[in-house]
Amino acid sequence: MSIDPKEKIAKRVAQELKEGDLVNLGIGLPTLVANYIPKGVHVFFQSENGIIGMGPEPEKGFENKDLTNAGAGYITALPGAMTFDSAFSFSLIRGGHLDITVLGGLQVDEEGHLANWMIPGKMIPGMGGAMDLVTGAKKVIVAMTHTAKVEPKILKKCTLPLTSIRRVDLIVTELAVIRPTDEGLVLEEIAEETTLEEVINLTEAKLIVSSQLKKF
Amino acid sequence: MKIVSFDEVINFIKPESTLMVGGFLGVGTPEGIIDKIIEHGINNLTIIANDTAFEDRGIGKLIKNKLCKKVIVSHIGTNPETQRQMIAGELEVELVPQGTLAERVRAGGAGLGGILTPTGVGTVVENGKQVIEIDGKKYLLELPLRADVALIKAKKCDYYGNLVYNLTATNFNPLMALAADLVIVEAEEIVPVGVLAPDEIKTPGVLVDYVVLSQGVK
Repeated sequence: MSIDPKEKIAKRVAQELKEGDLVNLGIGLPTLVANYIPKGVHVFFQSENGIIGMGPEPEKGFENKDLTNAGAGYITALPGAMTFDSAFSFSLIRGGHLDITVLGGLQVDEEGHLANWMIPGKMIPGMGGAMDLVTGAKKVIVAMTHTAKVEPKILKKCTLPLTSIRRVDLIVTELAVIRPTDEGLVLEEIAEETTLEEVINLTEAKLIVSSQLKKF
Repeated sequence: MKIVSFDEVINFIKPESTLMVGGFLGVGTPEGIIDKIIEHGINNLTIIANDTAFEDRGIGKLIKNKLCKKVIVSHIGTNPETQRQMIAGELEVELVPQGTLAERVRAGGAGLGGILTPTGVGTVVENGKQVIEIDGKKYLLELPLRADVALIKAKKCDYYGNLVYNLTATNFNPLMALAADLVIVEAEEIVPVGVLAPDEIKTPGVLVDYVVLSQGVK
């Protein structure tokens, strides 16, 4: 039985969230992380359009046209939630008050640089809040599939425009957990479903295999 | 502050002007005023806003009707028509990181000559900008933004023009209400002075020039 890669990634990322953390989840795959928060751990979700205390999608018929996430999807406000304007929202993000941001990625390289906002000539959605999030959050986790079809996404050097020159803190894919360090990319964990050889083959960047390599 | 009709308010919005428009993907955008701009075909607009929303919503409708010559926004990914016009050379798009955009608007409204942000350092956003080092850390000098007219969406407005916003429809609205020569508000409800608690008012009426009442809550 094959495991859904996105689910595998979301589950592993969720293990990084600690009690009381202020967390921003990007649209798409990172949003799934909210489904796997460990029991007993309470975190606060921020959405950059202006809320702390974002709750799940409301039941049909209970939508509020003025209560949405950064992808314009309907959300709920949990008891204790607060809403605010965009300058305050990004003061939280850029000012070092956000504990964790989880974002998708197009490429990450040996220096831990992330590219995730455009493909010149092909796709130019704009950076939205991504540049501020990667620059300002205390901890940046990239949650992405290990390859694009078979093309490696973890490269020696990003070929796409960077989101920030800040080194990301952790890369979680369906095959591996990799920590960028001063020495380079340290492979800390590999998935139960893979082998060390496969991970190395599907990664262009040089990986430093941890002496305490774990399975996840 | 003066309460006016949609037919009156449109006289204050001119072709070739720069408009700030509140909203985040259409949430907190004054749709009634947008529709009126389209009806009158007011064109060659420069729009400063978070995004260009969707093709059938908010600023997206201005794009679809080809009324804009330039947009200064953080995101166009939800509107393929914006991307098409940009690639075809019909529309100039200046992409600004969202937090930088918020601070540039705030600076414009707060009398600041610019802001220094670490966001964008070492990326394509740095191109053409002054880099300033403070205590060994690099920052980009980002310049203030101002507009001829700000189009604001409020939940409630009293007869002084004091504004209350609703939940995540707040976003850029209170920032933009400080950063334009003329401030026009579309309010869902107009209430007597004294009804709004001082704490819930986020924009004081002294900043507001004209108010129109939304035609039905959208």
